[in-house]
Amino acid sequence: MAKIMMKGAEAIAEGAIHAGCRHYFGYPITPQNDIPEYLSRELPRIGGSFVQAESEIASINMVLGASAAGARAMTSSSGPGISLKQEGISYLAGSELPGVIAYISRIGPGLGGIAATQGDYKQVTNGGGHGDYYTIALAPSSVQEMFSLTIKAFELSDKYRNPAIVLADAILGQMKEPVEIGPRPSLQELNLPSKPWALTGNSGRESNLIKSLYLGDGEMEVQNWKLFEKYKKMKEEDTYHEELQLDDAKLMIVSFGSCSRMVLSGMEMAREEGLKVGLLRPISIYPFPEKAVAEWSKRIPKVLVIEMNTGQMIKDVKVNVDRAADVFFYGRPGGGLPTPDDVLSEIKKVY
Amino acid sequence: MTAISQIQNRLPESGNSRHMAKKEGEKIFGRPKSVKDVGFHFCPGCNHGNVHKMVGEAIDEYGIQDRTIGVAGVGCCVFLYNYLDIDVLEAPHGRACAEATGINRVHPEKIVFTYQGDGDLAAIGLAETVHTANRGENITVIFVNNTVYGMTGGQMAPTTLLGQKTTTSPYGREFMGEGYPIKMAEMIATLEGAAFVARVACDTPKNLMQAKRAVKKAFKMQIDKMGFSFVEILSACPTNWGMDPLKANDRVTNEMIPYFPLGIFKERTTADYV
Repeated sequence: MAKIMMKGAEAIAEGAIHAGCRHYFGYPITPQNDIPEYLSRELPRIGGSFVQAESEIASINMVLGASAAGARAMTSSSGPGISLKQEGISYLAGSELPGVIAYISRIGPGLGGIAATQGDYKQVTNGGGHGDYYTIALAPSSVQEMFSLTIKAFELSDKYRNPAIVLADAILGQMKEPVEIGPRPSLQELNLPSKPWALTGNSGRESNLIKSLYLGDGEMEVQNWKLFEKYKKMKEEDTYHEELQLDDAKLMIVSFGSCSRMVLSGMEMAREEGLKVGLLRPISIYPFPEKAVAEWSKRIPKVLVIEMNTGQMIKDVKVNVDRAADVFFYGRPGGGLPTPDDVLSEIKKVY
Repeated sequence: MTAISQIQNRLPESGNSRHMAKKEGEKIFGRPKSVKDVGFHFCPGCNHGNVHKMVGEAIDEYGIQDRTIGVAGVGCCVFLYNYLDIDVLEAPHGRACAEATGINRVHPEKIVFTYQGDGDLAAIGLAETVHTANRGENITVIFVNNTVYGMTGGQMAPTTLLGQKTTTSPYGREFMGEGYPIKMAEMIATLEGAAFVARVACDTPKNLMQAKRAVKKAFKMQIDKMGFSFVEILSACPTNWGMDPLKANDRVTNEMIPYFPLGIFKERTTADYV
């Protein structure tokens, strides 16, 4: 298949179209504007709808409505906007509705800055809004994955009837790389799974109801255990990660997203100097690759976590590593990437 | 502003059997088919039951039950799904118009309406309401204004009248600091996207009949793809007003209607796309 050059943010937008998403609702915020701009151009051409909403809150609620109506729907945003969307994300989870949120991070808290960060890991992997729920969260590290993981996010979101987030940052959103995307499938070709629960009018069936309110005694406990079972199933069936040069490694680095690419360059430099270093890269950050971290840390009891924040994923690593493993951390929370030299020097400190 | 009574003449002929010749012994009044055969849980003297029935009658009379999707706002409105036999989505507080927009974009051929109270629509959901109207979204909004947050226990709403005592305005609402009661129908009527905007009341049989006409007209506007239709319905909340149902009803007549005048604030005769 021929490759074409594409921006990361555009690959997310094109991935959505390939997944059969025909309804996008958004609100401008840097650094994710390439997604709504791309879809405002493309969706009307293929019979879809693009709505620039009055706010992030309205746009996620429009996603909720479109999803309840049975369509694959998406919104996208960045930190401050995602904070506003948490209301709708909680309601999506509570109402058991799918919906995809593309998240191109910018440094926070507050207005922060527009440079890349991984400071939103804990928000994304801990539900983010109110209530006992989680969102599926996938973290691409290349433009190709921006495309493929967006499609995956729609599939998983439908499979579990739960919101799914694609978490990237300004670097992945803005950089161009060659990608294989193939021709756009039509909705007929996609033949998406039917949604008998969707709100389409009660023609020929009982009325459908989609809600998250359960006032009856004990109802909410039943509902929360039901959601819990769903998250358990996600962990068993849909946890994804990549392993690189772990077989002979004496040091395992755990790093995700754009940051893992710098780690890879630093790792190569370390290998050239004879330091046996490997990488475990979580692709699904929720569900987190708990088993892989647990198993590999038994064989490699020295673990270095490298993130573009002050230490967020390290908590997931620490609760899952073998009890004999030592866990070290290197973080860059200021909006800049660690250089391969930085990574090499951190490797040497703990190796 | 036009009088509500003038709507009737402009309504096209529909399958409303009540306006057709009646045979002797024919049933002329009853529960609409799209209203479930269950008892309402609403407090004595509350007008939600009347409004549910009007909506149900409009749905029946246009024969749209199997293609209508309701969006229930948070508050006493939320239990719409217990009473109307149609597909229903429960929206987060204030967001019903955003949900209705999402549904309408996916199913433009279906009939989509929201059912909202004053706290939901005029406070937390004001932005969604105004912008949905401004987009001319082809949906219908049924707005029940009873001047209080009902389900949460009678707190001050944006529509609470000056001097009205509520659980969060124990000395009575004052314009200094708390502002004036917001007139939603008038505000929505200023927006180009709004196709039909009316305010009606539930206090007398005559007003109830006019309210029914306005609700029906709002659905008709949507069926004809005229754009955003909005009906504000002045209603009583005896429980939170601390009144018996008759006194609460009188309050709608004597206090609410003078401040919130009834009538048609906007009525388009052609759609934008025509």
